[in-house]
Amino acid sequence: MSAREKYVPVIGIECHVELKTATKMFCGCPNEFGGEPNTKVCPVCLGMPGALPVPNAAAIEHMIAAGLAFGADIPAFSKFDRKNYFYPDMPKDYQISQYDMPLTQGGEVRYWLDDGTIKSCRLTRIHLEEDTGKSTHAGSGDGRIAGSAYSLIDFNRAGVPLMECVSEPEIHSAQDAVAYLEALRRTLLALGVSDVKMEEGSLRCDANVSVRLADAKELGTKTEIKNMNSFRSVGRAIESEIERQIALLESGGRVVQETRGWDEANGVSVSMRSKEEAHDYRYFPDPDLVPLEISREDVERIRGTLGELPWQRYERYTAEYGIGPKPATQLLDNLSLARYFDRIVAISANPQQSANFVLGDLSRLANENGIAIADSKVSPEHLAELIALVEAKTINSKIAKELLARMWEGAGSPKALVEGEGLAQTSDPAAIEGFVDDVLAANPGVVADYRAGKTNVGGFLVGQVMKASRGKADPALVNALLARKLQG
Amino acid sequence: MVELLGAQIARGVNAREVSAREVAEAFLARAVAVDGRVGAYLTLLAERARAAAARVAARVAAGEQLPLAGVPVAVKDNMCLEGTRTTCGSRILEGWIAPYTATAVARLIEAGAVPIGKTNLDEFAMGSSCENSALGVTRNPYDLERVPGGSSGGSAAAVAAREAAIGLGSDTGGSIREPGAFCNLVGFKPTYGRVSRYGLIAFASSLDQIGPLTRSVEDAALAYDVMSGFDPMDATSIDRPVEPAATGLRTDIGGLRIGLVRQFDTQGLGEEIDEAYDRAYHDLQALGAELVDVTLPTADYGLATYYLIAPAECSSNLARFDGVRYGLRVDGADVREMYDRTRAAGFGPEVKRRILIGTYALSSGYYDAYYVRAQKARTLIARDFDAAFAQCDLIACPAASSPAFRFNAKSDPYSMYLMDYYTIPMSLAGLPALSVPCGWVTPDGGSAPMPLGLQLCAPLFGERLLLGAAHAYERLTRHADAHKPALGEVAPT
Repeated sequence: MSAREKYVPVIGIECHVELKTATKMFCGCPNEFGGEPNTKVCPVCLGMPGALPVPNAAAIEHMIAAGLAFGADIPAFSKFDRKNYFYPDMPKDYQISQYDMPLTQGGEVRYWLDDGTIKSCRLTRIHLEEDTGKSTHAGSGDGRIAGSAYSLIDFNRAGVPLMECVSEPEIHSAQDAVAYLEALRRTLLALGVSDVKMEEGSLRCDANVSVRLADAKELGTKTEIKNMNSFRSVGRAIESEIERQIALLESGGRVVQETRGWDEANGVSVSMRSKEEAHDYRYFPDPDLVPLEISREDVERIRGTLGELPWQRYERYTAEYGIGPKPATQLLDNLSLARYFDRIVAISANPQQSANFVLGDLSRLANENGIAIADSKVSPEHLAELIALVEAKTINSKIAKELLARMWEGAGSPKALVEGEGLAQTSDPAAIEGFVDDVLAANPGVVADYRAGKTNVGGFLVGQVMKASRGKADPALVNALLARKLQG
Repeated sequence: MVELLGAQIARGVNAREVSAREVAEAFLARAVAVDGRVGAYLTLLAERARAAAARVAARVAAGEQLPLAGVPVAVKDNMCLEGTRTTCGSRILEGWIAPYTATAVARLIEAGAVPIGKTNLDEFAMGSSCENSALGVTRNPYDLERVPGGSSGGSAAAVAAREAAIGLGSDTGGSIREPGAFCNLVGFKPTYGRVSRYGLIAFASSLDQIGPLTRSVEDAALAYDVMSGFDPMDATSIDRPVEPAATGLRTDIGGLRIGLVRQFDTQGLGEEIDEAYDRAYHDLQALGAELVDVTLPTADYGLATYYLIAPAECSSNLARFDGVRYGLRVDGADVREMYDRTRAAGFGPEVKRRILIGTYALSSGYYDAYYVRAQKARTLIARDFDAAFAQCDLIACPAASSPAFRFNAKSDPYSMYLMDYYTIPMSLAGLPALSVPCGWVTPDGGSAPMPLGLQLCAPLFGERLLLGAAHAYERLTRHADAHKPALGEVAPT
């Protein structure tokens, strides 16, 4: 048994997700990424003396939608609390957050792996809070606060609605952690509650990692890994941390509880600080805000807007349509593509063939032309027609491909094209036999070679017959006839 | 001119008998003449007042009738007025210019009021004498050796000294009612949530409420009618129609039941003062009210409850004064040291004391024993008032534990806290309450007679009844007119 196999990794993921709303959480400033520093600010989000917060109803509805999507309970009462601590980019030196009565309680994220295994991870909590500003440390050369001469603060981000989402520590591999994050991301995207872009900071995540011996009951000492800037780097960082902890334990050392920063370039994590001085955040209900009463009518109204969730779509695609885990995921990860696909499936009888077209030739055309499929000239109805033509063997796949290219250019109904131009596949043995005889007669040398044992020239003859039929001959029939005649 | 009440000025300006400019000039001249001795203002807004008066004049000339046309107002310096220095009486905000205007102030100005200046206060409204201001001394216009009360002492002194017609104060545990009593004024704290707190620099958010300090009940009603009502910028402001108070002023209070709080009687204010309050209760009876005894069994816990909740909230509210974005900054080797030095230099002793008490009360391990218990006590106190108001329409009691005292007379913080013994329970319950002048005494060997205030308190949203009854009492007794401020010979303006 290798050292790796003796241990079970235990992973919990903590995410901060900026919610997509027109305005910030407690004021009327625009909630937009970027911009000149300190241009999207007002007395409220700058924590000016006397300014007061007023909650953003859209952010609260987003939270309820997310909670419902994860199967969480939505309590009838909720409230905002102040989390008190001093930090320069936090304008009021307290953060309006939620402590013991968050908007949602419980819930789980259903995720699946490439091999189609479906898993779920319970959520410890989801709550709503406000984002902080952003510090830039200057004068130290490496952007770190240590040794910096001064710091600049941009408060454009301060007060942006932020969902904190903490998982239970019940993920057991880096691969699962990434799959969990992907499921979380695609759910929030489908709900339209966040852009969930790690590169713009609208999704930020930290991982708590520990390892324990397979038969041990108690958890090992955990470390917190920060600074991952992509899902891939989350996976790498967790994997690296698991290896580091096991190597440490195997060599007789022990894991120190600490925060470690992931260095993507060098593929290692670096200790940032050991167990923080015990913070006492002195949470108490924010007296500037009244408790939230969430009516059941509102909850049901929001539930009615959720639509089909990604995991439900995944189950439909895989279990009902028999599409493989990978293409199913590919489809639903592009929501407009998935919706396009669903419209085709609603007309066409063959979901697998539909998936092949959408993910194959059509996606290739879309990529080549830089146009989204949903915006292309190929309507779902026409594509369904094309698939039906192939299904019925009216046209072969070669013609189908050519037709699709013309449809992309705006040629319209493939059925009309086939009928108008006589492109229907020739399955009449007599007609095909005529082409075969002509080709054999025209190529005596090749026929002789074939009969002398050079059977690899058969492909050339098939090609000649197809050409003679202008591509319309049923390739299976051509093969069968040629084989019979050459052997004959 | 400066003897005119707010209502008289508004009538005169609307009727074009006097111009808003003349009014502003008269009050500015009065402030220049007497404020050196009174010390009501931290900032006199002469140019701004002239500009505001000109706008009012133009609006009146265009045919508008404004409820507070040309009425000079003194604004407590914990309320934001765009472009003006707003200090909270603290070194930490000494040079801060407010970038926006508080809703209550904006509504007064929109109604024609003319801001004359920003007035002194106990630092961050923490105190009962104005002595906790880091930026100046304010004296009681009725005896310059005595305090004007606090924390809205500057606004009270400004109105008492005729340096403004209406003063704007904020009341957290008595900070309008007590200086009102000390300065021979009507000091009115509306129901919590009636007047927007947007732009009022917070001391204790769940208690702070803006209200007027005036020389008549009618002026208080006029200002209240203008300032009150829902504000979308304040989530705790109440979205419920306001019954106008100015049209509800009464001349008798026949049929009203007025509750006297039994255990308050034992407080022993001294014979002379006790007699004055007895006369006041008797006068209420003479106006047709029926006096009934009520009990507030938990009201004695008010002070202890208040001194946990208010400091807890202030410890968090005042965290933002950290030297990072505005106000005082004292540099240090790193940001932590900068915080420490800035706050050490910027806050006075009473503010520090309350921040420490509040931080302690919210700390892990103490939160349940202090903050949570105080919230429970607060609920019980509010329920006591509910029960009392089942037996009466209004409650009457003293507005302060003594008349205005001499400077440095209450150097022990607890003796200062006791000044608000009668006003804190109403604040904890969020109730509307006011003090109205009810007599004069000559306290502790002084020579000048000092005013006393009668506190009247109504159920939640009972402003119209409260001001109506106070008006009837004021009309009958006219205590406020008995003496003029003792400012010596001042050139008439």
